[in-house]
Amino acid sequence: MRRWLAVVGLAGLAATAATVWLGLWVTPPDATLGDTVRLLYLHPAIAFVALYVAGGLAAGSSILYLWPRTRSPFWDRLAASSVELAALFCALTLVTGSLWGRPTWGVWWTWDARLTSTALLLVLLVGYLALRRVPADPEVRARRCAVAALVAAVDVPIVHFSVVWWQTLHQGGTILNPELQAHVHGSMAWTLLLGFVAILLDFVWLVTVRYRLEVLRDQAGGTELEISLAERHAEGTPAGAPSAPTAPGALAVASSGLDAKPAATRAGPAPVPAVAPVPAVAAAGGAGGPQTERSGAGPGHAPDRDR
Amino acid sequence: MWRDALLVAGKDLRIEARSRVALWQVLPFALLAIVLFAFALGPAPEALRQAAPAVFWLAVLFSTVLAVQRSFAIESGEGTRDGLRLSGIDPAGVFLGKVAAVAVQLVALQVVLWVGVTVLFGLKIHAPWLALVASALATVGLAAAGVVYGALSAGLRVRETLLPMLVLPVLAPVLLAGSRAWMAAAGGAVPAGVSWLRILAPFAVVYLAVGMIAYGPLQEAAT
Repeated sequence: MRRWLAVVGLAGLAATAATVWLGLWVTPPDATLGDTVRLLYLHPAIAFVALYVAGGLAAGSSILYLWPRTRSPFWDRLAASSVELAALFCALTLVTGSLWGRPTWGVWWTWDARLTSTALLLVLLVGYLALRRVPADPEVRARRCAVAALVAAVDVPIVHFSVVWWQTLHQGGTILNPELQAHVHGSMAWTLLLGFVAILLDFVWLVTVRYRLEVLRDQAGGTELEISLAERHAEGTPAGAPSAPTAPGALAVASSGLDAKPAATRAGPAPVPAVAPVPAVAAAGGAGGPQTERSGAGPGHAPDRDR
Repeated sequence: MWRDALLVAGKDLRIEARSRVALWQVLPFALLAIVLFAFALGPAPEALRQAAPAVFWLAVLFSTVLAVQRSFAIESGEGTRDGLRLSGIDPAGVFLGKVAAVAVQLVALQVVLWVGVTVLFGLKIHAPWLALVASALATVGLAAAGVVYGALSAGLRVRETLLPMLVLPVLAPVLLAGSRAWMAAAGGAVPAGVSWLRILAPFAVVYLAVGMIAYGPLQEAAT
């Protein structure tokens, strides 16, 4: 499993690097779009993975979780992981699209059908993630999130059609058009294809890592309190303390007393600041609990003990 | 199932008739919203008239969130949700009943809001039947989707903040289609308006179906 994951990760890294190299240096600039065409190697691939691969995976695993026969934590974790990545890739789609739109359309954003529906999809995904963060019993949370994912998935085609009717400006499909691959040729077509492979590999790696994180988090969930308690106990006993139970309190009194004294002298003979050391020592003594009497013996005592 | 739905709807509406939360809180909020929109848009009559359908539907949308929150707030106290489950009423019936109760309140709200936008924004509707059909379909869609998400966030401590976040993007197509249909009805462009009904009708049907299927599991998950 680990080796497989490493292979996928390295392959994704290599493919992404190759896409960047081909896209930035090898391929020629476009006749009309100029250098901005280089976003073509990333933007459609990211959008494809966000909308179809991650979105489809999330919807599919949510259905499989809700189906009683296939119900298992696996599908819940897979749905959560893919929704998170769908949100990430969706945001990246919008960002790269916006960067592309500024030089070609002249605006960062336009109320075009595809842009609007992608933005709404992002909000739906973020809603799922917000619901996911609400603390609940794991099974209850899983069922609630699966229903939310499905209900949102039902909304996606409706959103799509409504905004398509509303207005449209985005170009038609470059690849998924009737005359397949008619608009891209040569090195550009190969780089585009490599871009899809690279982003897909990156997604597979990320979703697997994210899934394992979810497993670890679920495992840690039950033991969190014990770990925190152990950490608190460890804090209570500093390494160099001579006698463990009394030392921290006494040291606190000593240090606060020493701090307070120079402050008072600096403040001069004015009557009001002169009172300051008293509450400071009292407060520290209070925190120290039963050592209040010893702290009353004055700050001169503690440094002696320290030596 | 239908009898159960009537029982639940009757119960919700009776509670509303006695507590009058929708009347004294949701309705004034909706009216306040359209007045605030008018402040933001400025006093130019033509601009106000053009914005009126959008303002109307935005106010309806925000009020839907409040109505749905109220609809589930009345289930949160004194174990009433458990009581509802124990009563053996079909979950689909509970869903339909809650949708019906919310829809009735939304219809009343829309009547008042319509008077509001007519008086304050000078909206004139040339094809009233188109606006009525659009309103009816949109109301069912809003209530159905709202109740699904209300059930989803019921019993959560963060529901007040979570519900708008979840439900508003889902309701976006209704806002779009509803306001476009009303604009078409106001301008007399009936064919364009009718095409928007083709968004509103599937939305209502889909969310009614999803809610009837999903309400049972959601009711279990909410406890």
